[in-house]
Amino acid sequence: MLLSPAEWQAVALTLRLAAVSTLILMAVGTPLAWWLAHRRGSLAALVEALVALPLILPPTVLGFYLLIALAPGTPVGAFWEFATGRQLAFSFPALVIGSVIYSLPFVVQPLRQAFLAIPQSLRDAAATLGAGPRDQFLSLVLPLCARRFVVAASLGFAHTLGEFGVILMIGGNIPGETQVLSILLFEHVEAMEYGRANRLASGLVAFSLVLLFLLYRKHGWRIGP
Amino acid sequence: MSTLELRVAQRTESGFYLDIDTAFPLRGVTALLGASASGKTSVLDCIAGLRKDLRAALLRCGEVVWQDRRRHTPPWERRVGYVFQDARLFPHLSVAGNLRYAESRAGEPGLAREQVLRWLDLAALLTRLPATLSAGQQQRVAIARALLRNPRLLLLDEPLANLDRPAAAEILRCLGLVSRESGLPMIYVSHQIEEVCAIADHLVLLEAGAIRAQGPLLDMAGRVDTRLAEDEAAAAILRVEAGAYDARYRLMELRVEGQSLWVSAAAAAHRRLRIPARDVSVCRERARGSSILNILETRIVEMREISPAHCVLRLSLGEQHLLARITCRSRDELALQVGERLFAQIKSTALLAAR
Repeated sequence: MLLSPAEWQAVALTLRLAAVSTLILMAVGTPLAWWLAHRRGSLAALVEALVALPLILPPTVLGFYLLIALAPGTPVGAFWEFATGRQLAFSFPALVIGSVIYSLPFVVQPLRQAFLAIPQSLRDAAATLGAGPRDQFLSLVLPLCARRFVVAASLGFAHTLGEFGVILMIGGNIPGETQVLSILLFEHVEAMEYGRANRLASGLVAFSLVLLFLLYRKHGWRIGP
Repeated sequence: MSTLELRVAQRTESGFYLDIDTAFPLRGVTALLGASASGKTSVLDCIAGLRKDLRAALLRCGEVVWQDRRRHTPPWERRVGYVFQDARLFPHLSVAGNLRYAESRAGEPGLAREQVLRWLDLAALLTRLPATLSAGQQQRVAIARALLRNPRLLLLDEPLANLDRPAAAEILRCLGLVSRESGLPMIYVSHQIEEVCAIADHLVLLEAGAIRAQGPLLDMAGRVDTRLAEDEAAAAILRVEAGAYDARYRLMELRVEGQSLWVSAAAAAHRRLRIPARDVSVCRERARGSSILNILETRIVEMREISPAHCVLRLSLGEQHLLARITCRSRDELALQVGERLFAQIKSTALLAAR
């Protein structure tokens, strides 16, 4: 094949990171988006601003603070080492934490928009038909927002694939543990191996383009049946 | 008789003061009639429990307390059917899916599905999606869905507001059928007098968040001391009995307190006759050489000036009453007095469905 074993390892690790991060993003992002869609006031505005922060901050800033927060001496780092016996910084779990924070706005914002588009009047109707809040969410909100969930998960996945700055700061470059595609690409460039770099880069471009194309064509950002 | 007791006194979000302390009969159709922003929908939302800002001091449906100072039963546990102005069908579910949504949450079995489908004539629509239905069809599905929730009480918020006349008439016919055959109590909100006359048994007049008057529809319709009498569409409603049939002119005789009226109708299924006040004129003597067919002998029991130009007369037929709207000038020229005998000439009538 065109790719070396190390490169295949990086591909597998990148996909695994994106998949795990997307699962966690959906689990965390859904209730957060629901909360943001139904709260007004300073606290909600602050939380929304915090969630949106990765959109404008240089990833290295986020990575720098994560590195400090996850270091062995910190409460988080110490707890992780106590619980798992392994160091958190420069590990795969650290990459997941970084990715989730970094990609959060890409999941939360489309979901929040989707939830806002569900009229309260429909939920009132469901309530008078005997559906409690959890029932309303599962039987009404979820199916009406199904397409937006696909959009949010795809954006979260795609955005995690393209991550570089945060990972460089908190992951280092450990093959099989933290050496994802974007990092390996950077290494190839540093070593002046432009041919290898091009293969990885063009592969990422093609994959991301196909994913986004499918997303925009099929769903067109709209909601509803 | 079982009643719905409601006590609420507070300012609403839309700014007016809702001040109600009443009991509606849990039988037949109770109509809440009022102008827009008189608090009609607020009352329904309060009964359904949909408005968190509206806290009734007491809401009791029969023996069950839904809300008081300590308790607030959430809407999904109240067993209230609610038909909204817009049908609010769930767009991702077919008609059958929408009905199943209600059925599967109904708890104990209630009205039979087949019967509800028949009342609302839905058998042919089950596989359709809401977006493909006309407004009238959507509203019929919404009524069926509310019924299949197995409610103790059905709330209807201007269910005809978005419909054209034929569709509205069809819904009214369906609702009358449901009310007669199921015996389910209904609270029906409207600002249309004609609509209310066609469906209601009990009438509640709501104005600026408070109840001005309430009572059986027939009594309320014959009064001159309410806002109802001021309306352009004010009309008395008479209980009548079918008499002879004139086959040559296709006229049906209707007997009311010993006198006769003739209306063009084939069937005698109707028992209520609506007579608009603006279509009744009065005369000291029985008119001769007039094309007006229906003339009743009455006595003036009350007169009320509703504007500088018009006044409304309450005319006694014995137990029942007619309303006549005439100009104040005619009243003065005829020098009408309470207690006088008058002949009421009736230009038009409308038969109402049997109830």
